[in-house]
Amino acid sequence: MIQDIAASGKQQVSPHETVDSKGIVRILNGHRQQRGGLISVLGEIQSQYGYLPEDALRVVADETGNSLVDVYGVATFYRSFRLQPRGKHLICVCLGTACHVRGAPMVVEEFERRLAIQPGQTTPDREFTLETVNCLGACALGPIVVVDGCYFPGVRAQDVGQILEKARLERVEVPSMVAASG
Amino acid sequence: MINLFINGLPVSVEEGSTLLEAARFLGFPIPTLCHKDGLSPYGACRLCVVEIGEEPKAKLVSSCTYPAEEGLKVRTASSRVVRARRMVLELLLASCPQSKIIQDLASAHGIRQQRFKQEHEDCILCGLCVRMCQEQMMAKAIGFRSRGEKRSIGTPFDIKSEECRLCGGCMYVCPACQLRCTYTEPERPICGGCANLTPPCLEKRQFDDMMCFMDPCVACEIQKEG
Repeated sequence: MIQDIAASGKQQVSPHETVDSKGIVRILNGHRQQRGGLISVLGEIQSQYGYLPEDALRVVADETGNSLVDVYGVATFYRSFRLQPRGKHLICVCLGTACHVRGAPMVVEEFERRLAIQPGQTTPDREFTLETVNCLGACALGPIVVVDGCYFPGVRAQDVGQILEKARLERVEVPSMVAASG
Repeated sequence: MINLFINGLPVSVEEGSTLLEAARFLGFPIPTLCHKDGLSPYGACRLCVVEIGEEPKAKLVSSCTYPAEEGLKVRTASSRVVRARRMVLELLLASCPQSKIIQDLASAHGIRQQRFKQEHEDCILCGLCVRMCQEQMMAKAIGFRSRGEKRSIGTPFDIKSEECRLCGGCMYVCPACQLRCTYTEPERPICGGCANLTPPCLEKRQFDDMMCFMDPCVACEIQKEG
C-alpha cells in the first residue's frame, strides 16, 4: 500500500516543501536524553509538517546514527505516520464490522467517486484526504464518518455530498471536548 | 556443558548453543529456510520446529532461537513436529511455488497435496537478505517496511540506496529467488520432479519418532513393530 500511495501520490501532489534541517535538528535535540526516542521525534516532525518529508527522515537518520532503512521502517510501520502530505480536510470512514454491515463500503465508494481518489490518497488540490479506519469504537452510531475531528453518525451514501460541502465551507463544528483533546 | 536429551539420546553441548546447532552437530537433520551460519537467529520460517518437554506439557518451539537447557527433552521428528512442518511447508509452497528450495523441501517431506491458493509471491519474508546486508555486508541498505500483509523488504522510498554496493549478498542467500523450479507440469502446484525422496515403505505406514542416522530409512522402526 505504501508503494501504491507513493506512486500515486507522486502523480497527484508534489510534496515540494523545503525541509528546514536546522528545525529538525532542534526537534532531535529535545529528545537526546531519551533513549530510543525515534517515535516521539517522528511524531513531532509530523505535527510540524503534517507528514514526514523524505529529507526530514534522512536528517533524522544522519543525526541519530540510525540507518535510513530503520527510520523508514518505523515510519511505515505505524499507521499514524504518513509519508505523503495530507489535505486540508481529513475524511475518515469507519469500516469496522458494525459499520460495514450497515453500509460503510457504499459510503466509501461515494467518497471515492466524488473526490476521484482512493482511500489513503489526497485530492490534487490538496483539499481532502480520504482514509479508512478499522474501528472507531462508536459502533452504535455506525456507519460513522469523521471529518476533521467531527463525528457524523449514521451516514448514508446520499449524505456524502452534504458532508463534503460542509467541510469545504469549513462549517464542520468540532465539539469543544474533542478539540481540546485532539 | 549442558546435558540434555535429543530424541532420547543423552548428549552434552556447549553452553549458549541453540537447539538447532546442538541437533545438527549431533547429526539430527532439521530443515530451515531462514537460518544461516554467521547470521543472527531470527525464527521466521518456523520450519525448524521441535517438540520440547514431556506430555502433556510438550510444546513446539523454533529450535533456531531456543537455547539448550539443562535436562531438556527434545524430539526433532515426532509425529507432531512432522505434521507442523508439513503444514508450514504447504503454506510456504502456496506463497512461493516457483522456489526450487521450497519445492525440494516439500518433496523431501512427502507433501502430495496443496490445499491453499497459489500466490506466486517473490518473497517469504524470511529476513535472510536483511540480516546479510546488515550483519555481513555492514551496509543496512534494505530492511522491512510497513507491516501486516503489506510488509515487504526493500530500500527506503523504493529508490536506489546510497548504502548499497551491489554486492549481491541478498540474492545469494535468498531461498525464494536464488533458484527457480522449472516445472515439469506447470499447472501442478507441487513439482516433486527432482527430489522424490520418500522410501516406498513410508507410503504404507505412519511411524512416530521416525529418525535414524540413515534418514529417511525406517528399517529399524519396521523391525521393532514386527
